[in-house]
Amino acid sequence: MKIYADNAATTKMSRTAIDAMLRCMEEEYGNPSSLYTIGQNAREILEKARNEIAAVIHADPREILFTSGGSEADNQAIRSAAELGKKKGRTHIISTAFEHHAVLHTLKRLEQEGFTVTLLDVHEDGLVRPEELEAAIRDDTCLVTVMYANNEIGTIQPIREIGAICRRRGVLFHTDAVQAVGHVPIDVAADQIDLLSASAHKFHGPKGIGFLYAKKGIRLTNLIEGGAQERGKRAGTENVPAIAGMAAALKEAAAHMEENAAHVRPLRDRLIEGLKAIPHSALNGDASRRLPGNVNFCFEGIEGESLLLLLDDRGISASSGSACTSGSLDPSHVLLAIGRVHDVAHGSLRLSLGEDITAEEVDYIVQNVSEVVAYLRSFSPVWRDLVSGKTPFIL
Amino acid sequence: MALYSEKVMDHFRNPRNVGVIENADGVGEVGNAKCGDIMKMYLKIDDDTISDVKFETFGCGSAIASSSMATELIKGKPVSEAMQLTNKAVAEALDGLPDYKMHCSVLAEEAIQSALEDYYQKHPEKKPTCDHPVVP
Repeated sequence: MKIYADNAATTKMSRTAIDAMLRCMEEEYGNPSSLYTIGQNAREILEKARNEIAAVIHADPREILFTSGGSEADNQAIRSAAELGKKKGRTHIISTAFEHHAVLHTLKRLEQEGFTVTLLDVHEDGLVRPEELEAAIRDDTCLVTVMYANNEIGTIQPIREIGAICRRRGVLFHTDAVQAVGHVPIDVAADQIDLLSASAHKFHGPKGIGFLYAKKGIRLTNLIEGGAQERGKRAGTENVPAIAGMAAALKEAAAHMEENAAHVRPLRDRLIEGLKAIPHSALNGDASRRLPGNVNFCFEGIEGESLLLLLDDRGISASSGSACTSGSLDPSHVLLAIGRVHDVAHGSLRLSLGEDITAEEVDYIVQNVSEVVAYLRSFSPVWRDLVSGKTPFIL
Repeated sequence: MALYSEKVMDHFRNPRNVGVIENADGVGEVGNAKCGDIMKMYLKIDDDTISDVKFETFGCGSAIASSSMATELIKGKPVSEAMQLTNKAVAEALDGLPDYKMHCSVLAEEAIQSALEDYYQKHPEKKPTCDHPVVP
């Protein structure tokens, strides 16, 4: 059996998205800035895509800016808000400890430039507390940036409450919604979101394309200078095929969102129940306030990379927050942020299910993860010490 | 390109000499769970020869493969030879490791050194004497 269970890393492109891209590559190859017909045809495709994307998140098309992906959108959103803040002498930013590195590293850079950053605790359940966020807002706060749903543990943040607080306190609110767009309903107006980042390849679109939503009136700072594309805010000839593919994928994801979630959510819960039966294991993040397809576990006494490699041998593609998979000595900052100690965080496994997952596949995953965990424990000195009582169990 | 060489994957998938030796002559444990790698080596020594060796490892694919390869390289060898095992030899025998995984081979070398030290502590009479001090 072959099961791709790493949809939080990237997704398989949908047929509709591929067809939309092929049409742009084979027929409508014009430059949208050109005045002749094939150029204007490309322009039309571009603006249709913008309209479709805007409609999905309840935005105005003029509020959608195409970028190279989620990271660029995060960078530009935060940079822009920081620039606006600085002009008014407001140099304090609030975020969380478990943001994506596209956010955390941008904030680190801003700190070097004189900004101060408060990172909110996300607690054991992986959820920001709105009252703690409100308490952290100062007179000089210019931006709150909190991800919509976490990329590792899938927890969905109280975005609407955060949006309301920020609007009331006159602070810009950005959300990295890379994991959420196309998977959960998003309404930038009702959620009072000022800036939002998204990436196409997380919802069956192509890689290398994404978008930034910026509420009307928010002046964006350019990361890339050059031509007047994207209302002068993002230079460079538009990647028309990718943009068309992104719009097609998002339209499709939005049209099937409810039925997809209704199908995947119970299978996610079946997977969680199955893995819970493995002794000394624990689910990471709140059990219900999480993305429909996200499952993330820690298994005590084993290391994640060896687990992944053996699962790959059995046809299951998954990921881990162990240090060995990150290329650093520290395990996932997300797992550390929710209070998992290093020893346990090394033994993590993320399974992010696709919309086509079946109960049979879930059972196959449970069976194989259980077997591999037991096998790795059978010659783990850490497990031996736990079982013999030499060191106490954490999970 | 694959993450690891065929040899690493072979030793990872089918690790040699896995397990525990009861009443081992030397036991060594290195690494720590915080960093994600622990190796434990058990040695049986007869007539100054490594007559048996077993390992237990908590760690990534290359840590398991390095442990396995290290046990193969010293099994049946004189203790004096086992003392000389280097991480480089372990990595080379595995047809190489990615740069950021070289520490796994270092851990394997250290685990064997640690087990041999334990052996000498239990049997000080076996410790080789050095007539000619080695200039470091």
